[in-house]
Amino acid sequence: MSTTLTCPMTAPPNPVEDLLRTERMPHIWCPGCGIGTTVNCFSRALIDSKIDLQNLSIVSGIGCTGRVAGYVNLDSFHTTHGRAIPFATGLKLASPETTVVVYSGDGDLFAIGGNHLIHAARRNLDLKVICVNNLTYAMTGGQTGPATPLDVITATAPYGTYDPAFNLPALVEAAGAVYVARWTTFHVRQLAKSMSEIFKKKGFCFIEIVSPCPTLYQRRNKMGDGLDAMKYYKECSKTKNGCPTNEVGLTKSGEIIVGKFVDRERPDFTTMMRNYLEHQLGDEYIPAEGPECF
Amino acid sequence: MHADPMGVLTGSHFLDGDHAACEGALAAGARFAAGYPITPSTEVVERFSQRAPKIGATFIQMEDELAASIAILGAAWGGVKAFTVTSGPGFSLMMEHIGYAAMTETPCVFIDVQRGGPSTGLPTLPAQADMMQVKWGSHGDYEIIALCPNSPQECFDLTIKAFNFSEQYRVPVFVMLDEVVGHMTEKVVIPRASDIEIEPRRWTSQDKSSFRLFAPVDGEQVPEMTRVGEGYNVHVTGLTHDERGYPNMTPAMQDKLVKRLISKIRDNADKICLTEQHDIEGADVVVVSYGITSRVAQRAIELARAEGLRVGSLRLLTAWPFPEHIIRPLAAKVKGLVVPELNLGQMVREVERCAAGQCRVAHVGHAGGTVHQPEEILKAIREVAR
Repeated sequence: MSTTLTCPMTAPPNPVEDLLRTERMPHIWCPGCGIGTTVNCFSRALIDSKIDLQNLSIVSGIGCTGRVAGYVNLDSFHTTHGRAIPFATGLKLASPETTVVVYSGDGDLFAIGGNHLIHAARRNLDLKVICVNNLTYAMTGGQTGPATPLDVITATAPYGTYDPAFNLPALVEAAGAVYVARWTTFHVRQLAKSMSEIFKKKGFCFIEIVSPCPTLYQRRNKMGDGLDAMKYYKECSKTKNGCPTNEVGLTKSGEIIVGKFVDRERPDFTTMMRNYLEHQLGDEYIPAEGPECF
Repeated sequence: MHADPMGVLTGSHFLDGDHAACEGALAAGARFAAGYPITPSTEVVERFSQRAPKIGATFIQMEDELAASIAILGAAWGGVKAFTVTSGPGFSLMMEHIGYAAMTETPCVFIDVQRGGPSTGLPTLPAQADMMQVKWGSHGDYEIIALCPNSPQECFDLTIKAFNFSEQYRVPVFVMLDEVVGHMTEKVVIPRASDIEIEPRRWTSQDKSSFRLFAPVDGEQVPEMTRVGEGYNVHVTGLTHDERGYPNMTPAMQDKLVKRLISKIRDNADKICLTEQHDIEGADVVVVSYGITSRVAQRAIELARAEGLRVGSLRLLTAWPFPEHIIRPLAAKVKGLVVPELNLGQMVREVERCAAGQCRVAHVGHAGGTVHQPEEILKAIREVAR
């Protein structure tokens, strides 16, 4: 007895395909990695929010998540390690009408790029920062990062980690972000909704996505594969919108608090700059209106 | 095309080199600067921050030099002309983005007001000790352009030139001041905007579906450019990339890309290398100098001539690419070349390489902190003339 599997000759097109550089597939990410899931959510958010794609740029740093910029069919910049945010700062100020998304990993944004991140949040630059937190430096082989929890084996902590991790939402809130949320790659609908929300919100917006790295992080810590990570996220995540961010720190295998933690109003950098200079200089002030033909 | 009158402060001014360089940037069309304070360069962005809001430009003080040096690259892709300013220790921090700018062919200008090093060194005193760093400081093979003004007037003129070269060749260009040139105050004449030639960005008008961001057109070596928001959906990466900008990390692609990045400058060295030559014909000795040192050398040359020595002067306004095509034939004709520098031997290595034993090469240098005494250079002229 045999069963013949048939495939319809014309599968319905995947609506996110137009947003991807399909000629660059397959991508580099490992089986079970969560980054592709986040890109799918991002693509759906772009569609759902009906944002003007021509005026949207994406900027990545270096690392596994840093490769996102290369796979989305938008104006896209794969910059240097840790410097996606200052690149995005120059881009946004030179071209104020552009929506600028920074899409990078925990190591890139919070270790080598940590100084830039807190200053962009302090200034409340109108940047949409999406941070895929896989708890490790994955591209280089799974070394300890600034978000690696305590008591975890990594390539550079063969006996386990003993220095505390950053609590990412608490750090960016303290630095001045106006929107802070965390989801896991299990929470695809909530994540896509949060992404849609930040496209509409002016100022420094931050979404942390807890995401599996089966190849390096989970394997060393006997935490199973990508599916096991989904089970963990499903069973141990608790949605607490508005939860104080000092209560949302991550541990190796404990509860993961998810939700929208911060959504507040504060004038963004460009608004503050323009209002202040106009007040000080009056008619002498000529705001930068973006690129001119030169 | 001509300069935008908005940024041109036409008239005669009494300016120091830092301020004059800022006016040069504004005249060239720079409408974005990112900086981080460091002596003796800060006056450039201080002036820019005062002028910017009145001419539709933007200044942002970043959190460090790494940030400043990539914010300008973001701004360039946002569609404006952009620059940053620094000195030795800050320049060391910017090396990463010199490589990124070279690899991504992003037009940008760096003004480096050199001070004594290594490390924190001599914050308020001059040196010419970043001359090798500017060429070799970032990893990998690449070419840049570096210009060396010796007066506030040239700070203005060569900063315009720097922006023009950066647009023409899509390459980072450096204006290498030193503390003395940066802080000396002299007359600076700023022409009318209609008398200032400006190189426009190489904006493409190619079809969106077939445009290749890193494909030179019609046998040229420099590709056309666009900006965000034009619908080209560009991809820009520091990885080795193909003509679409997509990562392609093969030895063959690396060879093709890096060779083009280098040859677009080296093949045009005769157009980029600006020099000032005096009394070269028939000279026994030629003093090869650049920046502030050229002004001290002038006095030494006059003293040597008074002694009856036949001495010429070759001043390098362009230090990089190095004017090999000028030094090689010159070395074949003279007894010796004298190279005064405020360092312990940097550009003299290039002179020696090009002279290749055809004549004597004498370096006159010290570790920075003050300019030369003309007598030190005179002594070297006498020795090589023997």
